[in-house]
Amino acid sequence: MSDRDDIFKRADEFLAVFRRGAEFTRELVEENQRLRGQIVEVDRRDNDAAQDTTEWGKLRQQLLTHIEGLEVEKEDVLERLRALEEENRQFANRYVEIEEENNNLANLYVASYQLHSTLDLSEVLKIIIEIVINLVGAEIFCVYVHDDKTGLLEPVAAEGEKVPAFPSVPMGTGIVGVSVASGDTHATDSNGSADYESPIVSIPLRVEDRPIGAIAIFKLLAQKEQFTLLDHELFTLLAGHAATAIFAAELHAQSERKLNTIQGFIDLLTK
Amino acid sequence: MERHRILIVEDSPTMRQLLVFALKRLKGAEIVEAQDGLDGLRKVTSDDFDLALVDINMPVMDGLKLISLIRDEDGLKDMPIVVITTEGAKEDRDRALALGADEYLTKPIQANKVLAIAKALLKIE
Repeated sequence: MSDRDDIFKRADEFLAVFRRGAEFTRELVEENQRLRGQIVEVDRRDNDAAQDTTEWGKLRQQLLTHIEGLEVEKEDVLERLRALEEENRQFANRYVEIEEENNNLANLYVASYQLHSTLDLSEVLKIIIEIVINLVGAEIFCVYVHDDKTGLLEPVAAEGEKVPAFPSVPMGTGIVGVSVASGDTHATDSNGSADYESPIVSIPLRVEDRPIGAIAIFKLLAQKEQFTLLDHELFTLLAGHAATAIFAAELHAQSERKLNTIQGFIDLLTK
Repeated sequence: MERHRILIVEDSPTMRQLLVFALKRLKGAEIVEAQDGLDGLRKVTSDDFDLALVDINMPVMDGLKLISLIRDEDGLKDMPIVVITTEGAKEDRDRALALGADEYLTKPIQANKVLAIAKALLKIE
């Protein structure tokens, strides 16, 4: 390529750059004019507003009043929201309480239902044991029945230990004897006692003033840390219902024996 | 309404009644009771269940044996099983879980815990 051609090429490039610059300058001038127009318009509006102060003041006052109204409304809504949240919280707590109460009542109902589901003494004792294991959560305990002839409370059923391991208890003596004689449940906060004359709980079983027996708890299951309100309600239920269940089963057994004796006599006389 | 068939294998009528009371609160729950492991095995292999609650200490066949037999059945490998027992010791829980139980409840049972576990295993919201 010759020097001449090179010069022409460079001249063309320069011209192209110059044209782009000219175009850019023209755009800048146009934008400048547009912005100037906008500034003039804003100034005009400002002047108009400044001249109409009464109208602005009125509008401002209206807006302030409206804002105050909205503030009051907001406070009212927030207050109602707080009240609703509180009510909701109370409902949730009440729901939990009712749910717990429902569970407790179900437990008490099942215990009562099962205790009166049979007239067989051994079945009644089995049910008492089931209730004390499954509902109270005891590991070692003994059921005593009062012997009318000797006046002793005799161990008749037990869990966690063989029946002979538990001593007979004279009425009015020791924790169990005193509990049955007085009709008061003895309950401690301890979860175990190795002394089989000192249970942690003694539930007297009585029908009116008649002693029927007792349930003595010596140790709770490992996972049972302490007695709950339901446990104490169960003690009260057992004190009444287990006593009547044992009493009814004993009466039934007696009546069965007497019936058989009478039937034997009748058979003897009529044959 | 979705139904949930639940089998309770428990020798104590008191416990069975308590569990029925608790589980009846689940919508669509259909509860079947078995009084020992053998009775439970018969029922679980002759019908479809979505969940089984099994006591460990039972006459005729104990709960651990029942769980191992259930897990040997082809169609029952995934059925959720909850073990119920008086034993709180970790080794008993581990033994039951190793045999294939999914959850573990210790006595005295609480209805809300039974419900929570059943809902979780049955994937009920």
